[in-house]
Amino acid sequence: MMAGVALVSDQGVRLGEAREPGEEPLNIRGLTVSYGQVPAVYSIDFSVKSGSLMGIVGPNGAGKSTVLKAAMGILPLISGQVTFFGKPLKEARHRVAYVPQRASVDWDFPATVYDVVLMGLYPSLGLLRRVSKADKAKVAESLAKVGMQDFVDRQIGQLSGGQQQRVFLARSLVQQADVFLLDEPFAGVDAATETAIMGVLKGLQEDGKTIISVHHDLSTVSTYFDHLFLLNRKAVAYGPVAEVFTKENLSIAYGGKLAAAQLDTMGL
Amino acid sequence: MLWAALSLSLGYNATLVTLGASLLGAAAGMAGTFLYLRKNALISDAISHATLPGLGFAFLVAFGFGIDGRQLLILLSGSALSAALGLYFVNWLTRETRLTQDTAIGCVLSVFFAFGVVLLTIIQVIPAGRKAGLESFLLGSTAGMLYSDALLILILSIITALVLFVFLRPIKLVVFDQGYSETLGISVRRVDFIILMVTLAVTVLGMKIVGLILIVALLIIPAVSARFWSERTNIILVTATLFGALSGYIGSAISAVSPGLPTGPIIVLCCFGLFLFSFLFAPKRGVLAVALDHYRFQKAVHLTQGLLSMAAAQPIYEPKTQRLLRRLGYIRADGVATETGKSLAAKTLLNEKRWSYWQEILKESDQLDGQAVFNLMDIETKLTPDQIKSIDQGLALKQGERM
Repeated sequence: MMAGVALVSDQGVRLGEAREPGEEPLNIRGLTVSYGQVPAVYSIDFSVKSGSLMGIVGPNGAGKSTVLKAAMGILPLISGQVTFFGKPLKEARHRVAYVPQRASVDWDFPATVYDVVLMGLYPSLGLLRRVSKADKAKVAESLAKVGMQDFVDRQIGQLSGGQQQRVFLARSLVQQADVFLLDEPFAGVDAATETAIMGVLKGLQEDGKTIISVHHDLSTVSTYFDHLFLLNRKAVAYGPVAEVFTKENLSIAYGGKLAAAQLDTMGL
Repeated sequence: MLWAALSLSLGYNATLVTLGASLLGAAAGMAGTFLYLRKNALISDAISHATLPGLGFAFLVAFGFGIDGRQLLILLSGSALSAALGLYFVNWLTRETRLTQDTAIGCVLSVFFAFGVVLLTIIQVIPAGRKAGLESFLLGSTAGMLYSDALLILILSIITALVLFVFLRPIKLVVFDQGYSETLGISVRRVDFIILMVTLAVTVLGMKIVGLILIVALLIIPAVSARFWSERTNIILVTATLFGALSGYIGSAISAVSPGLPTGPIIVLCCFGLFLFSFLFAPKRGVLAVALDHYRFQKAVHLTQGLLSMAAAQPIYEPKTQRLLRRLGYIRADGVATETGKSLAAKTLLNEKRWSYWQEILKESDQLDGQAVFNLMDIETKLTPDQIKSIDQGLALKQGERM
């Protein structure tokens, strides 16, 4: 399949207007990624409007994290085009921040909370420039935003899961990017952390930033996000939550796996 | 004699060798820290064993051209080339086949080493080869080391350390979180390449002094020992560098005064000495500290539980708790509480109540510290009088509600 041609998914659901890569914070066209011979995601098209808070939702193994990792250049693409603000990642890197899954690193690593957040500043620090007072202030400011200011000198292995997730979020905040890609930020965190992280994300949106987050919990989709990208290996639909988060789309994405009772709790 | 070696007054050559060994140890300690943190320590074993065929080849080629094959630069260049080839095979096998890295390392290491041993055996037949003393590269020897050799090792060690210093940030990033570092535009492949090339350089430089069989120890043991002392990468890095340097320094000094002893094993034993010291005596992570912490914790748990049982007028069944309370004079031999015991029990109960109330407040605002065991600490030493006052008010309120 040619990149950018698939306007209508195989299930016949009309997807958003296909556009030439414009100035959208993130535009993906014809993205196919595979592990071995089996495609993890196949010919995906979607784009995000500036200033939206978008959730990526789909069943287990739908390729949600894969889309983010491929967009960020962590996974090689089989085919497709990814642009941030109309430019390839290489030219727009300073405007993009990524928050990986918490489980992707070894938390026994010898580093403090400060050390980890400072890593977000490495691109601007370069190889040898000394860490200035202004840099330290940026780290402190980011930690305060996620409510972790009292833990600066704590070894990262001694934090709870929720606190570790907040440190990762703080590390992305110091990058002062315009678009944030988060991979399952609510996986295995306590309720208070979930609220705190959501508060930070809404705050970013108010500052005009764009946020894209992989999400698992269908019951919170409509309260957390204003845009939604629904996928199951192929793109099912994307756009404003009200248009995308429908019974029809969900049953395409999840098959028969969603019980009627579950749909009821979502008000559908 | 040993003092003369340690104080670098055993003559110009010995001094230079000692300095060379120290700097080599420092570079190895640095490189090893990153191998260890990258969980890729075993690769150094493949590199070191893969040097051997190159060593033999370099000698034979030089000999064929009528050059003195004993020149260190020629031998080390050959070793570096074959080590790089071995490294390439390990990566190729891991990437293109279904072999895992440890298996690939095992294959490459043994085949290269076997090939090298065969070459060395052939070289022994040549009269010039017998005199070349190539077997000293297996276990290291500083005896009869030339001034120019020591200088070469010294300079290259400095360069190696400098390279690591310059690329410290990208290396740290990749070692901690490789996915994230890709998103910042730092190539994991390039950083891994730097780590491996530096390891290769250290290995090849260390062949003459430590020997290729034991160089792994100088790369890994200082880093592992340093890990006991700190929770921060930079401090571990500096500590490992110092440990490596110290091992090289002491080891080569000892071998300078007793030339019969092979240098490599002595340096490695010095490494081990530092490891043992760290393992036993490091604060917090050392085994003694951990055992002591455990003992104290256990004692505090028994004491608190015992006192709380006393406050609730419940019998104490656990012999350990009974012994502890008796020894401290809180209960009499017949199990009856003493006056000090009674007052302390009441105090412990209050402490317990205050903490559990405080924990509830913390839980509501997700400030709860997952690490601390609250009720074992005296709340009056941990919180401000104002905080305690508000806790007491809250407790009184709760009491009122219940009634």
